[in-house]
Amino acid sequence: MTSTPAASAPLLSIRDLSTWFHTGGRSVARAVDGVSFDVMPHETVGLVGESGCGKSVTSLSILRLIERPGRIEPGSRIDFEGRDLLSLDDRAIRAIRGNRISMIFQEPMTSLNPVFTVGDQIAEVARVHSTASRREAWERAVDMLQQVGVPAPADRAREYPHQLSGGLRQRAMIAMALMMHPALLIADEPTTALDVTIQAQILELLAELQTRVGMSILLITHDLGVIAESATRVLVMYAGQIVEEAPVRTLFDAAHHPYTEGLLSAMPRLGDRRERLTVIPGTVPSPTQWPAGCRFHDRCAYAWDRCRTDAPPLYQIGAGHVSRCHLAAEPARRRAPAFAAAAPAS
Amino acid sequence: MARLLLRRAIHGALIIWLVATATFFLLHLAPGDPIAASLDSPLTPPVVRTHYRHEYGLDQPLSVQYGRWLVMMAHGDFGFSFPHRRPVSSVIASALPNTLLLMGVALLLSFVAGIALGLIQARHRGRPLDWGLGLGSLFFYSMPDFWLALMLLFLFAFVWHVFPVTGMFDPVMYPYYGFWQRVGDRLWHLVLPACTLALLSAAAIARFQRAALLDVAGEDFVLTARAKGVSERGVWLHHVLRNALLPVITLFGLALPVLLGGSVFVEKVFSWPGMGLLTVEAIGTRDYPLLCAAVVIASVLVIGGSFVADALYAVVDPRVRLE
Ligand SMILES: Nc1ncnc2c1ncn2[C@@H]1O[C@H](COP(=O)(O)OP(=O)(O)OP(=O)(O)O)[C@@H](O)[C@H]1O
Ligand SMILES: [Mg+2]
Repeated sequence: MTSTPAASAPLLSIRDLSTWFHTGGRSVARAVDGVSFDVMPHETVGLVGESGCGKSVTSLSILRLIERPGRIEPGSRIDFEGRDLLSLDDRAIRAIRGNRISMIFQEPMTSLNPVFTVGDQIAEVARVHSTASRREAWERAVDMLQQVGVPAPADRAREYPHQLSGGLRQRAMIAMALMMHPALLIADEPTTALDVTIQAQILELLAELQTRVGMSILLITHDLGVIAESATRVLVMYAGQIVEEAPVRTLFDAAHHPYTEGLLSAMPRLGDRRERLTVIPGTVPSPTQWPAGCRFHDRCAYAWDRCRTDAPPLYQIGAGHVSRCHLAAEPARRRAPAFAAAAPAS
Repeated sequence: MARLLLRRAIHGALIIWLVATATFFLLHLAPGDPIAASLDSPLTPPVVRTHYRHEYGLDQPLSVQYGRWLVMMAHGDFGFSFPHRRPVSSVIASALPNTLLLMGVALLLSFVAGIALGLIQARHRGRPLDWGLGLGSLFFYSMPDFWLALMLLFLFAFVWHVFPVTGMFDPVMYPYYGFWQRVGDRLWHLVLPACTLALLSAAAIARFQRAALLDVAGEDFVLTARAKGVSERGVWLHHVLRNALLPVITLFGLALPVLLGGSVFVEKVFSWPGMGLLTVEAIGTRDYPLLCAAVVIASVLVIGGSFVADALYAVVDPRVRLE
């Protein structure tokens, strides 16, 4: 399915989302700090970034699953199907969770409750969100397991999580998430914990179910390979902010932000025998103390004075392509190939 | 699973036998013998003494006495109690149900109260209600059992006259009551001793339950449950509690010895005619057969409790059940 983003209204629209953790003392961890993006109906949006950049916190904020000391700061806005999620009362947001917006997580082992059968846990979704009886809910759970390609679903439903393989558990999680045919599926590193062949199967299954159910997917990963395979549009996140947004082809062919360049060159290519050759030098800064100016400047090969003092806005690069980098204003400074020069030019 | 329980049962039987044996020899190492108190007066002719010693086998070597005692025990015959002038089994038959009633009610109360308190505290973690209840349970947790018993007795029975002072029923009016009045009267007398016992362990259980709940609350599957749209109530009562009950079930096995020990004081303070009171008396009168029987019964209760705990654990945790 090809999407026509410009034509329709967004399914999910996030504006200036800030989620901060007020962890005692005076330090505030600004895990997510002014994030804005849209998800259109039926599209798959990839969200990439190194560990700790705020991907999970962003996704949990959408369903308001952030717990103390975390808080979605005033001024943030999340609109979904024309409703402002941040102003809903508890009951109304619960009616959306697992129903209109579902989530699947990285660890299918720990994400399932060890003391209930898989069928029970899937059926629970139907019991929470519909008036289905126990029996009906159970039958729908078995049916759902079948749809996500679990063999002998009626038997598997009666088993406990520890009796299933990692791949089957993730399929069970997907069945649980899709039970109510949600409009949006948030998949937070759905394949990271699985081995490679199973990864491919799960991604394929997600793509197939997406066309069947007609939902949008927000796919969170730090694996650009997964993005290349599944997403139509990519958001690159760094230090609590979106630093680049582009259609998937543009991103792989003409990335603008030096951080994205770094991620791409760190990505092992098909047929590439070398182990991760390029890793972006330096460490991810702490969310309690983001660097002044551009948050990436002390790891950037191109950084100059301006980057240390002025926080860059999102510059428009092309159609549907934005980048949070001053190089957009001064393209001549992109002389040396990324990370070739050891010392930053000044 | 069945094999696991069978193994536990065999272990349990072994431990009970060891406890019984140790008690037997310890008591016979102590100076004097069961009939010394009644017969060792200078006025009793030595012939009489020897006669009775012979009659009850007390002149036999210890090994023979032990052998006989084991055979008797295996037949459920605990011997004869001289001070009570009745068979030990009949003495116990009148006291054991009273203790079981007291402990059963205390056990139930303490777990219901402990789990409920732990749940309330965990849900209000870090807020005033949490630390208020935490402080309260710490207060009872660190209090000596006999002192708590005396204080409750003093306050509720002497100062406020809310509950009766001692005994299991009203000594005067009881025979004149109808059936329901009798039930009510007995419950009325049960409140203070049972609550004393329950408070002591409820405090410990609450602290333990709170920690277990908070442990589970941080697990990934709890986030999954919330993300599914389950209500807070459902999350805590269904997903969190069910997992957090596992460690508390272990406490169930551990709580019995504590309750049993506590019931000795509580029965004494409230003149509750149970095994605890009986045992204390038996120590004073050197009633060996009764003491041995009491110790064996106590160990059966404790071992039985931990056996029940193991079985419960298996029921609640499929990973154990399906092993
Ligand atoms: N409960 C919390 N309390 C304090 N800080 C938190 C909490 N949860 C997350 N953070 C902080 O928020 C930041 C972003 O975390 P997040 O889990 O969103 O990263 P991520 O991009 O999903 O990383 P990963 O790839 O490892 O999953 C981290 O620096 C983390 O320290
Ligand atoms: Mg994450």
